Amino acid sequence: MQAFAALFRQLDGTGSTSAKLEALQAYFLSAAPADAAWALALLLGKRRRRLITGRRLREICLAGTELPEWLFEACHAQVGDSAETVALLWQQRADGTGEPSRWDSNPGRVTFEDPLALWMDERLPQLAALDGEKQTKAVQACWRSLPPDQLLLVNKLLSGGFRVGVSTGLVTRALAQSAELDEALVAHRLMGGFTPSAAAFAELTAADAQGESLSARPYPFFLASPLEAGQLEQTPPEGWQLEWKWDGIRGQLIHRSGGCSLWSRGEELINEAFPELIALAEQLPQGTALDGEVIVWHGDAETPEAFTSLQRRLGRKAPSRSLQRDCPAAFVAYDLLEDQGTDLRQQPLQRRREQLEQLYENWQDVQGAEGKGRMRLSPTQTLRSWGDLDHLRDQARGQRAEGLMLKALDSPYLVGRKRGHWWKHKLEPLRLDAVLLYAQAGSGKRANLYTDYSFGLWNSDGELVTFAKAYSGLDNAEIRELDRWIRAHTTERFGPVRAVEPLQVFELAFEGIQPSKRHKCGFAVRFPRISRWRTDKPASEADSLANAMALMEQQP
Amino acid sequence: MPLAPGGLLQLSPEGLYCPAARAWIDPWRPVPRALITHAHADHARPGCGEYWAIGASEGILRERLGAEIQLLPVDYGQLHRIGDARVSFHSAGHVLGSAQIRLEAGGESWLVSGDYKRCADPSCTPFEPVQADVLISEATFGLPIYRWQSGAEVAAEILEWWRTAPERPSVLFCYAFGKAQRVLAELHRLGVGDEVLLHGAVDRLMGPYRDSGVAMPPTRPLTQLERGADLAGRLLIAPPAAHRSRGLGRFAKAQNGFVSGWMAVRGARRRRGYGRGFVMSDHADWGGLLQSVKDSQAQQVYVTHGQSSVLARYLQEVEGISAEPLEGHFEAERFDDDEATPAGAEAAAIAASSPAN
Repeated sequence: MQAFAALFRQLDGTGSTSAKLEALQAYFLSAAPADAAWALALLLGKRRRRLITGRRLREICLAGTELPEWLFEACHAQVGDSAETVALLWQQRADGTGEPSRWDSNPGRVTFEDPLALWMDERLPQLAALDGEKQTKAVQACWRSLPPDQLLLVNKLLSGGFRVGVSTGLVTRALAQSAELDEALVAHRLMGGFTPSAAAFAELTAADAQGESLSARPYPFFLASPLEAGQLEQTPPEGWQLEWKWDGIRGQLIHRSGGCSLWSRGEELINEAFPELIALAEQLPQGTALDGEVIVWHGDAETPEAFTSLQRRLGRKAPSRSLQRDCPAAFVAYDLLEDQGTDLRQQPLQRRREQLEQLYENWQDVQGAEGKGRMRLSPTQTLRSWGDLDHLRDQARGQRAEGLMLKALDSPYLVGRKRGHWWKHKLEPLRLDAVLLYAQAGSGKRANLYTDYSFGLWNSDGELVTFAKAYSGLDNAEIRELDRWIRAHTTERFGPVRAVEPLQVFELAFEGIQPSKRHKCGFAVRFPRISRWRTDKPASEADSLANAMALMEQQP
Repeated sequence: MPLAPGGLLQLSPEGLYCPAARAWIDPWRPVPRALITHAHADHARPGCGEYWAIGASEGILRERLGAEIQLLPVDYGQLHRIGDARVSFHSAGHVLGSAQIRLEAGGESWLVSGDYKRCADPSCTPFEPVQADVLISEATFGLPIYRWQSGAEVAAEILEWWRTAPERPSVLFCYAFGKAQRVLAELHRLGVGDEVLLHGAVDRLMGPYRDSGVAMPPTRPLTQLERGADLAGRLLIAPPAAHRSRGLGRFAKAQNGFVSGWMAVRGARRRRGYGRGFVMSDHADWGGLLQSVKDSQAQQVYVTHGQSSVLARYLQEVEGISAEPLEGHFEAERFDDDEATPAGAEAAAIAASSPAN
């Protein structure tokens, strides 16, 4: 545990990628496999299990410190994190009682020097399994046994809130380098879940055995980068395959000897939510892996449904027949990663596309009328001149797409976000000028700063009606300035929320606007964020609900 | 003994006013007579007729307010008769020359704490517990999450951090007046004899500390560093305002850290983008605030700055001491002293938004 705590401190204490990489490598090289396995799962966020709730930790802390609850609240508002507030308050108490006493209700079992795996496999789950007074006593005894600076880490592990600033890519690279393996192979071995154990870690870092079985796992997704203006104009336009950027969720549909599976981009197995797509996979030959978009699309419709329809299907296990009928899922295929059991990822896109089209034709031959439109080929286009690009992109809205994808015809299918081969060129967002009405303090890094904003538009009676929330888009200096303004112009407080004088206008950008019964204003916007602080505009000149309606009507 | 018209102390548009002494304490607007607790910018402002302050702060006051100000240097513990009041200054342990100010007239006594801390600091005189009927105390860090280690322990952490990166420079951000010199004095005690580089804003305030006999390692202002000098393993002390400024371009590869009480909270450190946070404050922590209130034996406590309403409520409800926050106009006029942000700024802004009470 000490080594992992030291790693946490190192990662938390530097902004330098190379320093983080070095620290991770050193840890993976020196840790016992069972500990390394746990560290990996925690760093990748694959085991974020809440063993004890933040609320319960607070109770246990208050029982031991005898502080009034309102004081805990005041501290929490300053810290912005329950686990950390508990850690800080408990230290305060420990100081009063002198030397920390040893963990004694479980003599000789586990101490802070014990391995991470022992903590994660036994110690913490044991604490979680207790209840009532027994749990209170045991957790307090555990806290007493800890060096003060480790309370935070242990509380984070207990509450499932462990996070530290390392990306999946960085952890994967560090692990690959320490095991002297190819990064892509490690990424692939990690796909589809990782259960921390010494055996799993050994498997993960074993030497590359050609033709090893990764049959249970999806391939790591290859991700596109946002295109900047003029970036590709030096390259011949005919070298690029253009597709719509669909507004669904990315998925990988697999049929292998082990069965059929549908994986989301977040590496969740979503078979149960989409039985019709699993049925589709069963119609494909064994040894097939498709990359594409899961989207709601009626069999004979020209365009897919808006994302809100897909939302009704997401996260719903065993969708009813009527839901499947109202919101039928389709798989829009755009890449073929595995064909007849062969990994195609190093082949150029052009070749993969030819094989994909062949596979699609074969499927059309076998599928019956019922499955019509269940799989679709993402149509491709080519560009004659770069001058046509934005014109083409602007047609995306008519396709209910988010914009264009540009993929180099000779591109291999790489792992993660590697710039140069695939680009996304999104539609210009929709925009409305809205008035700031409410603000709420953020948490974590933004604790004690008002960073969560609600905005309103004018109705025909000259009143402001709440229509969207936004949390991003301002830079740090603007956030600080607005925070001060909010504090000085509060008209009313509702718990953590402040109503402010309706004076500040912000331009909000969003990807789409849809009717909604759940919103007071009658519609919902997608991905709203602040695009500009309109200090030049008085509130009276902000947009109205009628302007929003007009935007909605312009959409397909 | 309320803080109201007719009382020994009252609130006026210029700040805290003592009619008996015809003097204001740390006024925020020009007044004929100012009693100054210490030389931080939010306590000592320009334009007053005469300034009463601890002699050791004279150099810094003149540096900041102008060489020509009319200054009456006083000593700790000396009793002065000003008008009908008896006034004495007592060490606050905050920074060089910082004081708590005690006023007595008409049979009652008040103590204005100014900013203070109770842990040892080799760069200034230690805090002195003082008794009074009424106490006005600061509460910048008035939450039980704030609990300080000794400066010596933190300095040892700083030294270790610095020494384990001999291949590159280290930049330590500290408030220019007080914290920077405290860190230097603590490093000297740990045996550091290497020359430390100073940003101009820090360097400007070194004279008064050296004149007062505070032992610190040799220092050199950044402006006197030769071009192309090897910076590996060097330590630079700079004010937080220089963080990410272009002026520190030569230190782009440096590791950096920030020394402040705010660093006790992880989110506060991450928000500011510092690599390392060292928790060291020149304000009292929770325990220090409570202890000082008790030591004063005051029957009435007014709490200002930062967590004033939290500390007042705790004193009232848990300790059974009559206490109330002093917000409203008093806080509204307050500028941010470096260390008092963000809580100080917050209190000021909140106060500005609500009617004076």
